[in-house]
Amino acid sequence: MPFVANFPFACILITMVCGIVSSVLKSKNAYRLNIFAASVCFALSLMLLLFMINEPTSITYMMGHYPAPWGNEIRFGPLEALLATIFCFIMLSSLIAGRKDAFIDIKESKINTFCLMMNLLLSSILALIYTNDLFTAYVFIEINTLSACALVMAKGNGRSISSAFRYLIMSLLGSGLFLLSIILLYSVTGHLLMPNIYESVQILIATNEYMVPLTVIIGFAVTGIAVKSALFPFHTWLSFAYESSTCAASSILSGIVSKAYIILLIKIFYRVIGFENIVALKINNVLFVLGAIAMIAGSISAIKETKIKRIVAQSSVSQIGYIFVAMGLGTQAGMIAAVLHMIVHALTKSMLFSASCGLIAASDQKKKLKNLKGAAYRNPIAGIGFVIGALSMIGIPFFAGFASKYYIATASISSPEKMGVLLALIAVSTVLNAIYYVKVISVIYNKKDSDTKRVSSGNMYILGMTMFIVANLSLGIFYQPIVDIITIGLQLF
Amino acid sequence: MGPNLFTNYYETASMILFAIGFTTLFLQPNIIKKIIGFNIMDTAIYLFLGAKGYIAGGLAPIIVNGVTDPSVYINPIPSGLVLTGIVVSVSVTAVSLALAQRLYKRYNTLNIDEILLQVEKERA
Repeated sequence: MPFVANFPFACILITMVCGIVSSVLKSKNAYRLNIFAASVCFALSLMLLLFMINEPTSITYMMGHYPAPWGNEIRFGPLEALLATIFCFIMLSSLIAGRKDAFIDIKESKINTFCLMMNLLLSSILALIYTNDLFTAYVFIEINTLSACALVMAKGNGRSISSAFRYLIMSLLGSGLFLLSIILLYSVTGHLLMPNIYESVQILIATNEYMVPLTVIIGFAVTGIAVKSALFPFHTWLSFAYESSTCAASSILSGIVSKAYIILLIKIFYRVIGFENIVALKINNVLFVLGAIAMIAGSISAIKETKIKRIVAQSSVSQIGYIFVAMGLGTQAGMIAAVLHMIVHALTKSMLFSASCGLIAASDQKKKLKNLKGAAYRNPIAGIGFVIGALSMIGIPFFAGFASKYYIATASISSPEKMGVLLALIAVSTVLNAIYYVKVISVIYNKKDSDTKRVSSGNMYILGMTMFIVANLSLGIFYQPIVDIITIGLQLF
Repeated sequence: MGPNLFTNYYETASMILFAIGFTTLFLQPNIIKKIIGFNIMDTAIYLFLGAKGYIAGGLAPIIVNGVTDPSVYINPIPSGLVLTGIVVSVSVTAVSLALAQRLYKRYNTLNIDEILLQVEKERA
């Protein structure tokens, strides 16, 4: 086994240890350690990714030297390495860009706990990407939920605590359903490791036994994960949670937390049940319909919002809809498009949140759109970041969002009966996206009777935003290699 | 299907309990009752697991007097899962109770609808 095979587990361990250490450090050192942990994970995941690009393989890493079915496993290939690299990058840039806001929003004495939660969140997300065991996935889902809740309430005001409670309740409903589905699956197949369950499920389907329980199990798992990743109609908690948390937290929550669950769902589709069985059971059609409604409903509620962070948050609902619609096509091309859109949305949405925080900070912490007039002149880099993010989300060529929308549209050819609906949906949703993003851009670049004096946003913020902007622009131009990695990764998944 | 429900009465009961817990967590306006609902929901799953792992007449899976024949013992894996699950639900309960306490101190009510109304008022 190559040496890089130790890196995924090392990443999970490093973030956990750094989290525990940062809980006893002073606030500034804790934040430094947090940034250090994220950059180490980014470097290690990047090395793994480079190794995987050279020789694409799927490596199963045995934990504690016990072979399957007794031991626990993590498994990774090019796709996992790619996702881990991008997620660590988003974590790193959000932490850097959100540093000033975090120290304003959160009590000095609580920063170390905030860093503990950030580290735990990253470690649980990495574990969800890498794990090959369903019960481990459940445990890390709960760790993820708790740390995400703690991040939402980190500000400590009434609104953020009530949003955190809402988020907690919805998440608990989701993870309860997911736990039930795992337990039922265990009682039907007798295994918890994904490859073993896969074998048993294939036998069950071939002999046509336990079909009703199996359908119910998949239904529970999909519903549970849909609740946690805010698919329509389970999206009500999302805008409150994203709006009321501090800058770094909302970037990370919108960018990577909801995506980790979708990755788990793709894992269940491919490694546990088998994608062809999902299509045969027509589960993908349900996802397609819900995603289609989300694409439109999310955009319409975004148009109605008056606060910049809520507009960006509601737009997430519609983008999650895109991901599920592409998954719902039920073809390999659709899945590639879904993963690409997941990556694009993760990078773009976290940048949009960081940018809107910068715009808000440059306007005396006022969140309403009407108070943000000329904010882009007061904080130019946030303005540029917002414009790039908005253009990407609308789907203008040469920006990342165009690539993924293009792939979703071409993927629809592989599923002729859904093609017409999907193309119409993309057209309508693009227009709706344009309506609210152009509205925001025209306000923040409005010079008329507004203060255009520069407000210092701090070097860290500029560095973080620059990282986001460079990543987004390069993803928009060089998306082809990413698509190749996804294609190989899904074959080895 | 009907007779099976009675043969596997543990599983039936646990599914009913799960449904009760789930609806309580989802629909109850009182925060404390929501948390109780969550605990009922998780406990129902532990009952299900315990019932699945039990083999009639089996001993607790701890080797005593050097008996290593597996047929003497019950299946240890579900018990292990229950233990892990209990740890998870204890920590989730602790966090949600702490949140409930914070909300009660601030808004003097445990009704989630009233709390949200007050939050809306604060915003305006």
